Amino acid sequence: MVYAVTHSPGWPEVEAAFFDWGAYRDSFPAISRAFLLNVKIFLIAEAFILVFALLLAVLRSLPGPVFFPIRALSIAYADFFRGVPTILVIALLGFGAPALAIDGIPTSTTFWGIVSLVLIYTAYVSEVYRAGIESVHPSQEAAARSLGLTRSQALGWVVLPQAVRRVIPPLLNDFIGLQKDTALVGILGSVEAFKQSQIEVAADFNFTHYLVAATLFVAITIPLARFTDWLVARDRRRRQAGALA
Amino acid sequence: MIEIDGVRKSFGRLEVLRGIDLDVAEHEVVCLIGASGSGKSTLLRCVNLLEPVDAGQIVVGGDEITARGVDVNALRRRIGIVFQAYNLFPHMSVIRNVTLGPRKALGLSRRQAEAEADELLRRFGLADKRDDYPDRLSGGQQQRVAVVRALAMRPDVMLLDEVTSALDPELVAEVLNVIRELAAGGMTMLIATHEMGFARDIASRVCFLDAGVILEQGPPARIFSTPQEPRTRQFLDRIIEAGRL
Ligand SMILES: Nc1ncnc2c1ncn2[C@@H]1O[C@H](COP(=O)(O)OP(=O)(O)O)[C@@H](O)[C@H]1O
Ligand SMILES: [Mg+2]
Repeated sequence: MVYAVTHSPGWPEVEAAFFDWGAYRDSFPAISRAFLLNVKIFLIAEAFILVFALLLAVLRSLPGPVFFPIRALSIAYADFFRGVPTILVIALLGFGAPALAIDGIPTSTTFWGIVSLVLIYTAYVSEVYRAGIESVHPSQEAAARSLGLTRSQALGWVVLPQAVRRVIPPLLNDFIGLQKDTALVGILGSVEAFKQSQIEVAADFNFTHYLVAATLFVAITIPLARFTDWLVARDRRRRQAGALA
Repeated sequence: MIEIDGVRKSFGRLEVLRGIDLDVAEHEVVCLIGASGSGKSTLLRCVNLLEPVDAGQIVVGGDEITARGVDVNALRRRIGIVFQAYNLFPHMSVIRNVTLGPRKALGLSRRQAEAEADELLRRFGLADKRDDYPDRLSGGQQQRVAVVRALAMRPDVMLLDEVTSALDPELVAEVLNVIRELAAGGMTMLIATHEMGFARDIASRVCFLDAGVILEQGPPARIFSTPQEPRTRQFLDRIIEAGRL
């Protein structure tokens, strides 16, 4: 495979356009600096997503006919934002909201990019939380209620801690997806890693600059994955070794 | 202490309790026996309000718990229940399992809750398991922790639902001994059990539950030696055949 590619007739040109070590080194500092914006967008968005998604999942698990409207609304929300392509939400909000020119509404494209990502990923992550909540056997809640805990105390101390532990791996998958989708904010003009590499490519028509951005995204995914492995392993060790609480 | 009066309960079209009348006096130990599916668990869950009753009333310690608008959380604090499947909280150490109720539902400080819990754990031979997680414990130890967890709420009444049914035979005795100790200490208890020998030893009264009604009740000596009802005799014969009496 590698041989077939590196010995193909077009390889020399491709190599020059995509794997130019000199170009890589030249644009690396600028694209890395721009990548800090991706990290910032990711961190801010993630903090809100984790909280909002949990709220949405809890609302959706409220029992009884009284809460039907709330359940229906949260289902509609999740369906809608999982259905619309991310890039469309970003374009609509990112170009639309500032154009309204309403006093007090931020005009920063990065701000609206973050809002879009939060709206979309809240829908996804709430589904993950919900699966976790449903995987905790009802007898756990019964045991908590039998001790006189209120419904929300049972949820907070018994159901959610177990639910969240179980969904850490799928949660991480969504983290990684979000980290990658921060590049879409670039379409609004925010100079993040992808936008910066586009600028570099436009200057010298060398596509190696995209490779710089790609390496940066991969480089941050790996520690994220190892961190989750560590969390999962620590939890297992703790419960099996006892006496370490 | 417990007055159950004409209690009925259906699941869909299945009528599980068909008019139960049963009084348990203070310090009395009443054992419920009966075939699987006769409604023993359902009755205990109704007394703890884990299931709402369809008709009839239940009075515990002078308060009608089946009345509308009662504070179920306050009532449950006075009624301890231990389940067949232990239902310990797997994400918490033994001490945190035991102190969760006292801290969150009774509002005890952590220090006081732990001091009381340590005292109970010592009394039931679990002091060295204090910081272990449940999955490190044997079934017998887990069930004893479950008993301690219920006792930590200082309940007026204990409900025990086949607390030895999930245990390996060699672990049954340690749990039964704990219950004997509770009985000796004057705890009012309503116990669903398949352990006929145990019921004969410990019960002030034995009730035979059949198809959702209490068909026969009386002192264990009479129920086990000269049952009046053919159904009771049949049930006991089957138990004897199975070598459990
Ligand atoms: N939550 C429930 N939903 C539907 N049926 C139930 C439920 N709980 C118990 N039942 C049914 O009620 C009957 C009595 O069950 P149970 O009270 O557990 O009997 P026992 O404890 O004497 O074995 C059984 O037929 C059981 O299938
Ligand atoms: Mg049962």
